[in-house]
Amino acid sequence: MNGIYALYADAISAEHAVEALHTAGVVDRDIVVMSSEPIDVATLRRERSTGLFWIAAAGGGVGGLVGLWLTTATARAWPLVTGGMPIVAWWPTLIVVFELTMLGGMLATATALIVTAKLLRRGSALNSPEIADARILVGVENPPDDMVGAMERALGAGCRRVIS
Amino acid sequence: MSRARIVNDLLRPLRDTTWRFYALVAVLAGIVALGAGTWVYQMSQGLGLAGIRWPVFWAFYVTNFVFWIGISHAGTLISAILRLVNAQWRRPVTRCAEVITVFALMIGALFPLIHLGRPWLFFYLIPYPSERGIWPNFRSPLVWDFFAIMTYLIGSTLFLFLPTIPDFALVRDTSTGWRRRLYGGLAIGWRGTPQQWHCLESAMQIMAIAIVPVAVSVHTIVSFDFSMTPVPMWHSTIFGPYFVTGAIFSGIAALIVAMAMLRRLLRLEEYLHRVHFENLGKLLLLMSLLWTYFIFAERLTVWYGNESSEMVVLRSTQHGEFAPLYWTMIGCNFIVPFTILSIRRLRTISGCVVASVAVLAGMWIERFLIIVPSLAHKYLPYSWGVYRPRPVEILITISTFAGMGLLYALFSKFVPIISIWELKAGESHAGAQG
Repeated sequence: MNGIYALYADAISAEHAVEALHTAGVVDRDIVVMSSEPIDVATLRRERSTGLFWIAAAGGGVGGLVGLWLTTATARAWPLVTGGMPIVAWWPTLIVVFELTMLGGMLATATALIVTAKLLRRGSALNSPEIADARILVGVENPPDDMVGAMERALGAGCRRVIS
Repeated sequence: MSRARIVNDLLRPLRDTTWRFYALVAVLAGIVALGAGTWVYQMSQGLGLAGIRWPVFWAFYVTNFVFWIGISHAGTLISAILRLVNAQWRRPVTRCAEVITVFALMIGALFPLIHLGRPWLFFYLIPYPSERGIWPNFRSPLVWDFFAIMTYLIGSTLFLFLPTIPDFALVRDTSTGWRRRLYGGLAIGWRGTPQQWHCLESAMQIMAIAIVPVAVSVHTIVSFDFSMTPVPMWHSTIFGPYFVTGAIFSGIAALIVAMAMLRRLLRLEEYLHRVHFENLGKLLLLMSLLWTYFIFAERLTVWYGNESSEMVVLRSTQHGEFAPLYWTMIGCNFIVPFTILSIRRLRTISGCVVASVAVLAGMWIERFLIIVPSLAHKYLPYSWGVYRPRPVEILITISTFAGMGLLYALFSKFVPIISIWELKAGESHAGAQG
């Protein structure tokens, strides 16, 4: 695994480096940008729709259905007469359904975050403790040998090569 | 303030450990051990060691349960609302608050177990198929409690953990040895790519939207434990919002006290400013007024209704055996915070802390006064009784406060208690605003 990267003190310089890499023929998906805080520059954010809201809604739906099954099917399986209430009483059922709907939504959100943000994956060749000091890393992982020169020029002075 | 300085200041408590920290942990752990020993003694001797007797079967332990669940509203709810409205001053406050929620819920959830007498049978509450042939009754408010508290605890833990991941990665990248391995595991592969930041921000928005109704439902359901029961002054429609208001009220007070202690002990004066206390003080004042409105509405309705069994309970608190506690509660929850927080000159950090300590004491008394006078004066005089707390209950109660302090101290030792990345993003935001 190897990589080439440079560190920039501000988002504008990092944005210029990304644009230079584009000019050098590097496509967006091969460019790695890393920072210790969210970046507000549109070129660097490269936001794609995560679909998290829909995943959370689906998780909530599943949670709600589980709640509905738990309270209705099991109450019928173990019928207990309580205070003249029906075996499946809708008011209390709604409370359990609500709680499990919200729980399903929150668990789905957390799980979707792990998947869409590509967490729990092996570390990258590109990393630097200097990112902690608000530096922005721009680089390319596993660059083809014939493009290294062009990339070094695009990233400018201070460009580093990592081979691990 | 430079980024390097923010990182350095906020990681200092993780790197440097003073003798004061060890002394504090030793004292708090000692008190917790005493409480745990008392609980074991109560288990061995039986629940009769506690002061709970017919007809007052709910007393200190259930008071503590309601109190701690109320305190848990400090964090996640306040943090979620501040995130949703994008209040910039929230940045140093949110994590301090979210931690309170998780630990207060854990402590609160302990009390039903203590109150069980035989806590090893707690799994009877959990719905799962078993050879016992019994099943939780979904029409019981105690089962609703189980689902509500479980949902809130899991949701709050996620709400605390997710925005901490970038800070774990920061500690990983600036550490060596076992710290690097430990925080590397906690960072779960965080790299800080734009896509990761975008996903995290989206996830936190969704979590914030989801957690607010859950928080409201939790204390409403705790109030249903009482209001679903035909006991004088419990069977009331006002209990849901009244409990939620009280919970947020006591939660803000706990947050102010915790922030003041962190500020002093971890030397965070440059991060937790007077404006944070002042803003939370204003919120506390608002909640004090709301709480007073609810208690007035509740008392007026009972007094005007003149129903004999309810009037007995009302009189016992207004000018009977519980009157000293009742008027102390009014003083702590209304007179002290209103006086201090409505006068701008007094709304200092010290003033907010004094008002908050009063509110915490007042809200604990309020929970006690909801439970004990009503149970001691049920409908027929033959079923009246008295309650006197016994040493085991008092010791266990004190130890839970020490437990909260201990958990908080240990957390702030291992995790940055102020969100570093959010603070840095706040600096960028302030810079962009000029």
